[in-house]
Amino acid sequence: MSGRSCEAAGCCGPAAAVDHGRSRRAIALTAAGLIAWGAIYAGLKPFADRATAALPLEPGGHAAEAVAFFLYDAPKVLMLLCLVIFAMGVVRSFFSPERTRALLAGRGEGFGNVAAAGLGVLTPFCSCSAVPLFVGFVSAGVPLGVTFSFLIAAPMVNEVALGLLFALLGWKVAATYLAFGLSVAIAGGFVIGALNLEGWLEEWVRAVRAGAVDVPVASQSAADRIAAGVAAVKDILGRIWAWILAGIAVGALIHGWAPAEVLAAIMGREAWWSVPAAVVVGIPIYSNAAGIVPVVEALIAKGAALGTVLAFMMSVTALSAPELLILRKVMTVRLLAVFVGVVGVGILCVGYLFNLLFA
Amino acid sequence: MKDVKVLGPGCKRCEATAEMVKTAAAALGLDVKVEKVTDYAAIAGYGIASTPGIVIDGKVVHAGGLPKEEDVKAWLAA
Repeated sequence: MSGRSCEAAGCCGPAAAVDHGRSRRAIALTAAGLIAWGAIYAGLKPFADRATAALPLEPGGHAAEAVAFFLYDAPKVLMLLCLVIFAMGVVRSFFSPERTRALLAGRGEGFGNVAAAGLGVLTPFCSCSAVPLFVGFVSAGVPLGVTFSFLIAAPMVNEVALGLLFALLGWKVAATYLAFGLSVAIAGGFVIGALNLEGWLEEWVRAVRAGAVDVPVASQSAADRIAAGVAAVKDILGRIWAWILAGIAVGALIHGWAPAEVLAAIMGREAWWSVPAAVVVGIPIYSNAAGIVPVVEALIAKGAALGTVLAFMMSVTALSAPELLILRKVMTVRLLAVFVGVVGVGILCVGYLFNLLFA
Repeated sequence: MKDVKVLGPGCKRCEATAEMVKTAAAALGLDVKVEKVTDYAAIAGYGIASTPGIVIDGKVVHAGGLPKEEDVKAWLAA
């Protein structure tokens, strides 16, 4: 029984009272957790400095620099991610792919692409659901281009990527990534929609004429939504923590030892070819943003151009080989090629633009 | 006997959902037939957009993510 329907009925049965009690407790626990989080976070830097100083390392040397980077960044990144993923888990409990589909069905190109890209960020989405989602959208009357806007935004602009960029490179870079990621999704979907490629879908996808089914929405109390946030943290961090630590370790090595001149020559702004190279290299590499961003941060500290490195990151997340294999089940090779081409060109533009803007 | 179909391509969550249904049915002492539907076209035919989905006697009751245990019991008992 939901708290809302109960209030509307003007009653307060025992079940609702239990629900309210649970929600109050969950909110109090969340507030206490946030305060504890802040206290620990504030103590990270002094702790890392003292721990590094206590080790028998030459102050300011390669090893000391690498160790200090790791000791400070690893806990900092993990803590910030916990917070971002939790918040996103709570927000996402208000959305579902079925509800998003109902919002997008019958929308025209243009506004539909913008809405789809935004909803792609907010709707819970797991890559194993990509095929049912694609077919479910298209068969229920969501235009192909609008569906693509959703499908491009969902993996590329996610809370892990944004949280890590914010933690390691600051809010300006994170906000710019969000804006450009959405732009690529909107423009990419719009272009694909304008090409009228419905005929390039696999035969069986065109044959599905299910329409949308109304899935009853389970009522959720505040306690349920907070629990959803906690579950998201456990689920996502449980999958990616090893990637993050490995990424930070590589980043630490780069910080301590990689020669800045070499990196700047390969990935600096003067090397125009480095942006397309970054996109191409990024496609076969499969990692979520988790392992990539700490490396990215270290590369930038050593003189790599921001746009080049972000193009690499977008390519890794939005155009991954495993996802292409999954999408091959619903699209012909021709359509898949158009998808990769359009998104790749979009990412290229972002890379060059970034390099211009953050010069 | 209730006819339960768990829709999903065979990911971890789909397996877990099927197990939940079986456990809940056993706890309630209900006789159910649980069938996993893994074919994409068949899944799409039920009109859902996210997996795992649960269909009981031809009616979609859930789509997307692990269901709550008490919800599963309520659906089975209905």
